[in-house]
Amino acid sequence: MKILIIEDEPDLLHNMVQSLKKEQYTVETADSYASGIDKIIAYDYTCILLDIGLPGGSGLKILEKLRSMKKTDSVIIISAKDSLDDKLSGLDKGADDYLTKPFHLAELNARIKAVLRRKSFDGQNEVSAANVRIHLSERSVTVNEKPVALNRKEYDLLMYFVENRSRLISKTSIAEHVWGDHADESDDLEFVYSQIKNLRKKLKDAEADLEIQAVYGIGYKLVVL
Amino acid sequence: MKLVNHTLLYLSAALFVIIGVWAVIFYYSMLDEVYDSIDDGLDNYKMLIIQKAGSDSTILKKNTFEESNYSITPISRGQALQSVERYSDTLMYMQNEEDFEPVRILSTVFSIKDTYYKLDVISSMVEEDDLIEDLAYYLVFLYLALLVSIYLLNFFILRRTWKPFYTLMQRLRHFNLRQPRPLEVPETKVSEFRELNQAILDLLKNNIEVYNSQKQFIENASHELQTPLAISINKIELLLEENDLDEEKALALSDVIRNLERLTRLNKSLLLLTKIENRQFAEEESVDFNELIKQQISDFSELLEFKQISVQLHENGHFRQSFHRDLAFVLVSNLLKNAIIYNVPEGNIQIEINADSIRIMNTGTAQALDPERIFHRFYRSSAHQNSTGLGLSIVKAIAELYRMQVSYSFDGMHGFSLKK
Repeated sequence: MKILIIEDEPDLLHNMVQSLKKEQYTVETADSYASGIDKIIAYDYTCILLDIGLPGGSGLKILEKLRSMKKTDSVIIISAKDSLDDKLSGLDKGADDYLTKPFHLAELNARIKAVLRRKSFDGQNEVSAANVRIHLSERSVTVNEKPVALNRKEYDLLMYFVENRSRLISKTSIAEHVWGDHADESDDLEFVYSQIKNLRKKLKDAEADLEIQAVYGIGYKLVVL
Repeated sequence: MKLVNHTLLYLSAALFVIIGVWAVIFYYSMLDEVYDSIDDGLDNYKMLIIQKAGSDSTILKKNTFEESNYSITPISRGQALQSVERYSDTLMYMQNEEDFEPVRILSTVFSIKDTYYKLDVISSMVEEDDLIEDLAYYLVFLYLALLVSIYLLNFFILRRTWKPFYTLMQRLRHFNLRQPRPLEVPETKVSEFRELNQAILDLLKNNIEVYNSQKQFIENASHELQTPLAISINKIELLLEENDLDEEKALALSDVIRNLERLTRLNKSLLLLTKIENRQFAEEESVDFNELIKQQISDFSELLEFKQISVQLHENGHFRQSFHRDLAFVLVSNLLKNAIIYNVPEGNIQIEINADSIRIMNTGTAQALDPERIFHRFYRSSAHQNSTGLGLSIVKAIAELYRMQVSYSFDGMHGFSLKK
């Protein structure tokens, strides 16, 4: 799994590289329009994380170039702009996803995995962790082949944990992932706790070998028992 | 006071003085002229009488006025030598008026054959008091006539002349910096108005530029802030994933993240507000608010359940509006979120949808909020740490963008209404 990050902010680039290396990806970087173009011409990547505002030219141009070369690298646009124009033109030009700065590393991770899964040739339809299997197309979950009834939010929550297994996920990151645009300015972190409590109980009742551990007061971590 | 009345006030005061002074001068010169003319008549009469007396001595016996205008009395030589010819005013009883009326008398002496006579010739005079009275009446009439005509002239001429001014005022009153439409100034040939137009156009141009650059500045600043925020949050996330942190340090770091996230939310809200005000949301489609609200109630169902808040939706009509879909989403979501967050445990939310209005009511604090300030930026009714204080400002900005009215009322429940 080779990932290219095209981003001109060195600190941000460094953060992303560190985070992605934990997931065992091979990570390459480019910090300008020119070096980005060089890399996409010379190599193939599984996924490209693309900033739009780059020195020397727009990231959207790189995307156009990539698609005009009939390359199938997945592209996730990462931009400080969440203006819809940016988002639409990015998605029109063949980006697979769009992430607005600032983002949580766990969210980036989940997005990359989702993009990669969509791309994989066997049309990967399942994600598993220990004895838990998540059936993506049916949005259902089985533990030891026995179905577990989860509501929409619990399913999203479990998926998010599985994508970020063994990593610390902050409460706000969870709230934002599961709630999207509804997550802001809420006092619903308490509510996140109650959702996690429900999920934990369901996993435990189904005898799943997964445990959601609280990490201090900051967030949670999914651990395989 | 209107300009017309204002000028009229000044003019009437000035006219009063001018006409007053003029009246005095006019009166005296008039009177002078009258005396002059009477005196000439008397003089002429005197000469005719003296001439006639030379040939007709019966005249000399006429020593009372009676029916004629003169009297002749013989006098001694000594008396004659002492007297001089003089005109004087006196009063005389007039039969017709049955009153004493002023008369002018010319007293003189003459001699015929060494006999001296005193001759008095009279002529009836203008009655001064009548003259003054008449004059005063006419002057008052003139004064009023002048005022009325000035008023009417002013009214028509000024209204005509000042038309560009009033048009300009009208347009200025409806001008709004936020609206992209430039101000159109009325055509005029009057150079003062041209200058006024130009001055206002220049002033507005400056203001619009400042306003736009201000908005642009906020947008740029918000954008620029995103990257350092992203870097900081991610760095701390990575740090927290290291396993060598003790709880105290981890919690301190998570506090930092929490505040950075708050900053991020604030920043995003500001950016959204600026974008709404900059009218950067062009494309519109017909949005079914009934569907949207139902969808969002379902999105919030877990949170509602968690807070044990019940929701009743009353659909009395279908609220449809041409809207930007994302803004419609934000509008409804902010109002609903508001009703949930500021609710009490086991509270209630009532949503009423009519064809042209939406009303969302929620239980909450027992006192009404300040309806004036509630939509202001950064207004907070309570110390909600995570609140940006921008949610309702965004609601108002979106509503204004689509010319809807949003209002707050309190009748035990806090109610927010949207009206087309």
